Amino acid sequence: MAASSRLLWASRAAAYLRISTFPRAFSTVLKDLKYADTHEWVKVEGDSATVGITDHAQDHLGDVVYVELPEVGVSVSQGKNFGAVESVKATSDINSPVSGEVVEVNEKLSEEPGLVNASPYEKGWIIKVKLSDSGELNSLMDDEKYSKFCEEEDNH
Amino acid sequence: MTHGRSKAGSLAGGNDAGDACNGSEEQLLRCTADNWCVINDGTAPPTIVMGVSGRVSELVKIQAVLQDQVPVVRRFSGGGTVIVDQGTVFVTVICNKAAVAGLQPFPRDIMSWSGQLYGKVFDRFGEFHLRENDYAFSHRKFGGNAQSITKNRWVHHTSFLWDYDVKNMDYLKIPKRAPEYRLARNHTDFLCRMKEYMPSRSIFTDGVIMALGEHFSVQPTDLQTVLSDDEEFVPSTKLLSQHDLEEIVYSKESLRV
Repeated sequence: MAASSRLLWASRAAAYLRISTFPRAFSTVLKDLKYADTHEWVKVEGDSATVGITDHAQDHLGDVVYVELPEVGVSVSQGKNFGAVESVKATSDINSPVSGEVVEVNEKLSEEPGLVNASPYEKGWIIKVKLSDSGELNSLMDDEKYSKFCEEEDNH
Repeated sequence: MTHGRSKAGSLAGGNDAGDACNGSEEQLLRCTADNWCVINDGTAPPTIVMGVSGRVSELVKIQAVLQDQVPVVRRFSGGGTVIVDQGTVFVTVICNKAAVAGLQPFPRDIMSWSGQLYGKVFDRFGEFHLRENDYAFSHRKFGGNAQSITKNRWVHHTSFLWDYDVKNMDYLKIPKRAPEYRLARNHTDFLCRMKEYMPSRSIFTDGVIMALGEHFSVQPTDLQTVLSDDEEFVPSTKLLSQHDLEEIVYSKESLRV
């Protein structure tokens, strides 16, 4: 396949799969999610949000060996830490991209913390939040902005 | 870098107990906005210090610890289990994200930076390596690292084995998660003592401050004047009580305390 055809095929496949593509091999970034500059993602459905860390984050963190989860029922605030992951002898705070109440935590991460690495946007989700202020989403990045942000950080 | 260098306070922490030392560092990380280097030269009494997720029953010989009343502290950072005593020198660097230009706040990036920093301190005394996440002369470890990374700041702390009492190592089990280069060696074959490579502790600690001086403008300060009585701050660093340890012994499952 000629290079231009390959690129076109890749772009169409990516659009179908709702994945953003880039000329170089960057971390996966999904459309329809919002992103914080501390590398957390949020998926909003009505007044409910699911939160996790991005592919860029899990790649830079290394193998996650432990996830410190909050209790169900606690409040989270945009930009404030609510839990932590441990990898490569480091604990790293996880900061909430939204404010609200934690309604569910991913208990599977207690036994399988590696899900954060293997499936950061799906099986590796961390908390579900009942949003208290959906207006906060406007301060988050979309997939394109976040991709550029990651590119700038990696090239610094 | 000689223009616009970040400032760093250097604190001699003295001879603090393990929980006091770690708790102070946690407070400096979470409650101040400055860059710090804290050097704690020796800990009394010998104390076991565990990382945030370590399972006590898997890493520590609890019965012996209870019998000999060895304090066990759970620190706020990641990493493994150490037993620290008068021969251990703790060096902690606490930095704002922006303090080192271009350094992303992720574990391997910070470790790479610190490895280069300590390379300047140790290169002339032995074959210094950053091996996986440890500082080693050749294949023998003399410094273990742990980190904690928040939104805008990070801590990199190292327990350096200036000297160690091999009897104290008997309180620790060989961990399941061990670096590859350990190759199942016991503590005695895996570790080395810095005093066999360097003439004095002060040459070591002065060397650290000098190496930091290439990145920061360093000012010595007293730890007690820096830490306020911030009653709102509750450290996660915890000294495990006798009751905590006994619960683990008698529990059928591994409890995290």
